[in-house]
Amino acid sequence: MKQIIKFSLNGESTELEIEPHLTLLQLLRDRLELTGTKEGCGMGECGACTVLVDGKTVNSCILPAMEVDGKSVTTIEGLTDAQGNLHPIQKAFIEYGAVQCGFCSPGMVLSAKALLDENSKPTDEEIRHGIAGNLCRCTGYLQIVQAIKAASGQ
Amino acid sequence: MEEFINVGKRIPKMDAEEKVTGKAIFIHDLKLPGMLYGKILYSPHPHAKIVSIDTSKAEKLPGVKAVLTGYNIPPIKFGVYKDNVPLKANKVCSMRDEVAAVAATDPDIAEEALNLIKVEYEILPALFDPEEAMKEGAPLIHEEHVGGKEKKPTNVLNLPWRLIAGDVDEARKNSAYVAEDRFKVTWVAHCCLGTSGCVAQFDQRNNLTMYSITQIPSLAQRDYTDALATMGLKNKKVRVIKTTIGGGFGSKLDTYAFEYIAILLAHKTRKPVKILFSREEEFFATSPRQPAIINIAQGCTKDGRLTFRDIRMVLDNGAYTSWGATTPSVMMMPISSLYKVPNVRYVAKCVYTNNTYSQAMRGYGNPQATFAIDSQIDILAEMAGIDPLDFRMRNANTPGEVTPQNFKINTCGLRECIDVVAQKLDWRQNRGRRDGRGIGMASMIHVGGGARVYKSDGCGTIIKIDDFGTVNVITGATDMGQGSDTVIAQIAAEELGVRVEDVVVTHTDTDICPWDVGAHASRTTFVAGNSARGAAKKAKEQLLEVAAKAMGESPENLDMRDRTIFSKKDPEKKSPLGKVLRAAHYTAGGSMIMAEYFYDPTNENLDREFKGNLSVTYAYGTHGVEVEVDKETGQVQILKYIAAHDVGRAINPMLLEGQVYGGATMGIGYALTERLILKDGKVMNPNFLDYKMLTAKDVPNIEPIVVETDDPFGPFGAKGIGEPGSVPTAPAIANAIYDAVGVRIKDLPITPEKVLAALKEKNK
Repeated sequence: MKQIIKFSLNGESTELEIEPHLTLLQLLRDRLELTGTKEGCGMGECGACTVLVDGKTVNSCILPAMEVDGKSVTTIEGLTDAQGNLHPIQKAFIEYGAVQCGFCSPGMVLSAKALLDENSKPTDEEIRHGIAGNLCRCTGYLQIVQAIKAASGQ
Repeated sequence: MEEFINVGKRIPKMDAEEKVTGKAIFIHDLKLPGMLYGKILYSPHPHAKIVSIDTSKAEKLPGVKAVLTGYNIPPIKFGVYKDNVPLKANKVCSMRDEVAAVAATDPDIAEEALNLIKVEYEILPALFDPEEAMKEGAPLIHEEHVGGKEKKPTNVLNLPWRLIAGDVDEARKNSAYVAEDRFKVTWVAHCCLGTSGCVAQFDQRNNLTMYSITQIPSLAQRDYTDALATMGLKNKKVRVIKTTIGGGFGSKLDTYAFEYIAILLAHKTRKPVKILFSREEEFFATSPRQPAIINIAQGCTKDGRLTFRDIRMVLDNGAYTSWGATTPSVMMMPISSLYKVPNVRYVAKCVYTNNTYSQAMRGYGNPQATFAIDSQIDILAEMAGIDPLDFRMRNANTPGEVTPQNFKINTCGLRECIDVVAQKLDWRQNRGRRDGRGIGMASMIHVGGGARVYKSDGCGTIIKIDDFGTVNVITGATDMGQGSDTVIAQIAAEELGVRVEDVVVTHTDTDICPWDVGAHASRTTFVAGNSARGAAKKAKEQLLEVAAKAMGESPENLDMRDRTIFSKKDPEKKSPLGKVLRAAHYTAGGSMIMAEYFYDPTNENLDREFKGNLSVTYAYGTHGVEVEVDKETGQVQILKYIAAHDVGRAINPMLLEGQVYGGATMGIGYALTERLILKDGKVMNPNFLDYKMLTAKDVPNIEPIVVETDDPFGPFGAKGIGEPGSVPTAPAIANAIYDAVGVRIKDLPITPEKVLAALKEKNK
């Protein structure tokens, strides 16, 4: 039986009728065609599907979409401003070589955003902790850490 | 040194903005009108006869559009040995064997249909140990496979891996010290964050478009064309279009069953069919790094000069043959040419088992062989009473050397690499403390100037320049995330005299892009780079020809720099590029600026004895590491990690560092944490919880050191750097662990359990 959920998606109020078994990732990718959020494992282990719910990171592949009812969801598509300008974290990722194949990048950027929103001047250790749930096979993480540090103005 | 505008600069990757905004289209994101979803049923047994398959229930499920089995498809064969088929009939030989496939309107329906397929098996005795599988009387994996002089049925593949140089037996007799050991390396997975997938689509005339994530577009095109011919579709065209690739590392150097299954399903249903792997499938149904059992002996003189290297290897080939079976050809490189060793003998046997089959993975056999060689260098140095740093320096390769495999070493920065690592680790001070902290090093050689694996090692480039000075570089190369598009753009821009932001690189479509043998052997910067440079040179000649007419100068007096064409005699006499281009197009009898260049390096195929100058130049490097070993838990912590590489020249230091960071991190995983655990042919850890890839918290600070030797054959002096970072990691760490606590671990990964067991054994 379908149910109605209301939530804010990238700043826009959204009302949808969904099947209760749908995951947030399925809702975003398959139903709303917001394919910037990636599925790397489908089991909440790799972080490629990271989105922000009320500012906190979640693995959208294991979160029932029903859970976001009444909440605010930010995906990678919502990170650029209305004019399409990049977020400072995105700029830093580009500038510091934090992107190789790019599959982990949307989730990684959002984990970085959640971290910096909570802790504007993190240490290297805190950055590593903040992105520990996001796997990356290409970069060895070091340029990602450098980028997040730079984005924090340090 | 010449002043460059584009080369040597830390220029961000051209596709980074698409990727950080989620706009890049991966295979996962591709959806075509009317597209169906394909799913594959795998064997639940490692070795069994298929007694019967009943697909009738699956076929009746609403939404199911096609069900295929090995009994109703044409006899397509694929794999390096052509010993594999898309769907198996009669018998299965591993737990990744594809038995049936379904196309349905929805992935869930396809999955449900798989559950409705009934397969009856008769279980056969299975083999999981290659040394067992080699024995006389062992059950046969492929009954029709025969080998040896008598052409008897056997599990040992007819691959003649044998390299002999000098007289190893004589050298052994004359050695002052001889070390003899057995090393073991196991399967590790590529772990591309983007799982495998494809979309196959036929047009009305049965021409195939394959949306793919291949590293070998031109060779895959050929494989698919052959498959179409077997399907009765002769002379049909195949177009391979690459989406953004979610990581490669060698995993996409072959074509696989799932791709042929998608083609067969698309042909049967007349609809586009997508097959996308789950993470679990990615772990058990793609091909990992080749495992090996390595018996090695090396000797040296009293004063520590290497006298011989003698290696016998057994490789678990798994049930079918992909590039894993050819890794010995690359293992020969460090075996013959890492350090100066005059006498070499190497024999390797690949053996069919009922395990998964292997594939190329970053370094292609080199990390396996180098682990054994450079671990044992420390063992031998200790026997000879020589500091391993001095031992390596004494035997280090040098420019101008011809190695026992007939590699002609031109530029070689190995001594510089060893030296800088020793300095950074404060070697003399820190070595030999045995207090739980230790330092170690290991070196590597890899092809740095292409590798003539096929008859050609070539890559084509087309350059065209539009009205406004936008330079289209259309390359055969494949960017799978490493950043080759950006490096190629820098090289082309530098040669032409424009800026990298003027360049658009196209690499995604075999209908447009020139031919290339693929993104392997760390060859792209070198080969595709030289190709792009050659095309740029020709385009520039055309441009100066046109400009000469417009400016009333002779072409040889003109040059272009930073988008401006100027007279070399009178720099005030100049014209912006755009003006010259428009003049070319809008003049009666006009012309357009377009050039092509095919670069095929002057390297050699290995001959029948596996000798020959495989690469135009070779990349050397040394990694140094400081570890702390917890004697209570066996836990190894990396305190310092130095990665020094002779890169010829860094075209883009930032992307180069990215390759070193990423390569070394993958290598550290190989050394300490990663293994695909197979039990009776079944992958026991097909998920990221149980397969221990390093996280951001695990990776140490890696310090890349770039040694520039300015190779005369490289594009602006560059050598390849894609693979080297993951080659010497495991032996460097193993050597440091030995220095820290005096235990030598000879099989990977070096888990705390193994360290602890070795410590217990030592303290007995």
